[in-house]
Amino acid sequence: MEIFDLTIHELHEKLKAKEVSSVEATRAMLDRIEAVDSQVNAYITVTPEQALVQAEDADRRIAAGEIAPLTGIPVGLKDIFVTKGIRTTCGSRILENFVPPYDGTAVARLKEQGAVIVGKLNQDEFAMGSSNESSYFGPCKNPWDLSCTPGGSSGGSAAAIAARTATATLGTDTGGSIRQPASHCGCVGLKPTYGRVSRYGVIAYASSLDQVGPLTRDVTDSALLLGAVAGYDPRDSTSVNTPVPDYLASLAKGVKGMKIGLPKQYFIEGLDPDVKRAMDEAIALYQSLGADIREVSLPNTEYAVATYYIIATAEASANLARYDGVRFGHRAEDARGLAQMYSKSRAEGFGPEVKRRIMLGTYALSSGYYDAYYVKAQKVRTLIQQDFLNAFKEVDVLLTPIAPTPAFKIAEKLEDPLQMYLSDIFTIPVNLAGTCGISVPAGFSAAGLPIGLQLVGKPFGEQEILTAAYSFERETKWHLKKAPL
Amino acid sequence: MKITREQVEHVARLARLELSEAELDTFTGQMDSILSYVEKLNALDTEGIVPTSHAVPMENAFRADEATGSIGVEAALANAPLRAESFFRVPKVIE
Repeated sequence: MEIFDLTIHELHEKLKAKEVSSVEATRAMLDRIEAVDSQVNAYITVTPEQALVQAEDADRRIAAGEIAPLTGIPVGLKDIFVTKGIRTTCGSRILENFVPPYDGTAVARLKEQGAVIVGKLNQDEFAMGSSNESSYFGPCKNPWDLSCTPGGSSGGSAAAIAARTATATLGTDTGGSIRQPASHCGCVGLKPTYGRVSRYGVIAYASSLDQVGPLTRDVTDSALLLGAVAGYDPRDSTSVNTPVPDYLASLAKGVKGMKIGLPKQYFIEGLDPDVKRAMDEAIALYQSLGADIREVSLPNTEYAVATYYIIATAEASANLARYDGVRFGHRAEDARGLAQMYSKSRAEGFGPEVKRRIMLGTYALSSGYYDAYYVKAQKVRTLIQQDFLNAFKEVDVLLTPIAPTPAFKIAEKLEDPLQMYLSDIFTIPVNLAGTCGISVPAGFSAAGLPIGLQLVGKPFGEQEILTAAYSFERETKWHLKKAPL
Repeated sequence: MKITREQVEHVARLARLELSEAELDTFTGQMDSILSYVEKLNALDTEGIVPTSHAVPMENAFRADEATGSIGVEAALANAPLRAESFFRVPKVIE
């Protein structure tokens, strides 16, 4: 077992016992990045100098007996989190040289605990994508099979866990962008309830859907990292002012008597046979652990992808209006007049997927189409949310696949955006409903690619899904398998 | 056809995106297929349904009207593509 293989809680014990220092752990991680990241491309920016300064500081804290759960732990951040003095690109040419003047709240909370930030992770441009292929900085590869995508948009955040080039990472999830790459890379990824974690300092894609969450090696780390970043923040008026429970305390409660719902619309024809088998095995396991398994219905599931691609693109077209070449970001050189400077800077700075979504969103919000598309989608969103609330009258958590198939090949879906969008069919409804979901490793395909299981909880039901995930992990140990890298 | 090439050109102007001829062609086809897919929402009767703009019910978030710290002029200008003194410099606005 190498230092870079350890979980947060395992490394914490070694730091506390002074078996290893944070500087040693950080150097081990930086060496590992140096050794394997050229194959994976999980990192857009590696920050060795800053990381070693933070590690020395962490070691001083530890020597003074002031160790917190994340003190001295090497973490990576999706490049969507603004970091003071560290380039933050959001995977885009338009922010290629952007160095933020402040830290976002989630980052500040990690730093307060003394976490060590080793670098900024690859992602789809502006978090728009399901494969990490829209990154200006090149595609990230899946450590389990380098010819496959790691999923997206937090592809680098998931691949770094699988490649053991970060102990834990933060990502963001707007339509599945934490859970789907976690599933494809065999790690644990949690999307908290909307409002649970502050979005201050997170570059906005679709503001009513975006949420910050952890990607980790196991469920214990997920609980720990969520607890570290969750909570009310006056700088995000949509963050919710309810107490953050002790997510670790309830992990081992077990699932005996827990009511687990299987939404019949998620177990459809066309599900990959390996995914289907993994789900059947998971259901049987929960049954054997004493859970009460029931079928439930989420009747409006088939409308979720269409609803999402109106709401998310509409919000994106407004959020991305700020990239105009005036105050920061790329500016076109040879523009005639202000209007052309805007349109040329944006044309040069954004890639095709971002342009496509800005175009769709602008269209959906434009005069004459607003009611037909945007308001219609918001109404369907209400129906989708009601489906979940109705299901949660009968059950405590829902069990579903994360994606219809394991990781797909690089370039397989690039030419057909709609097919790419449809691969998010099982994760998108959770964002529209605003509730929480977790991806847990649940086996492998015949080709050796990881398959994830999704557990969806009630709004602010993170404790229940973590408990259910922990029970599963303890019995199956799928999370202990390592990518061949 | 859900959307014509002329409409796509109009939307590009609204979005301040200078698109090439090839991009206009590609986007016309792709937007047409995505919008055709989105049409399926019309199968649902949403008469009387209240639109959801936010996942969690929330009222306006108020705070005291008090000045707090800001990042300062130099930090704010540090990423400017072009500056003049303490201003962002842009091409001439009025011809």
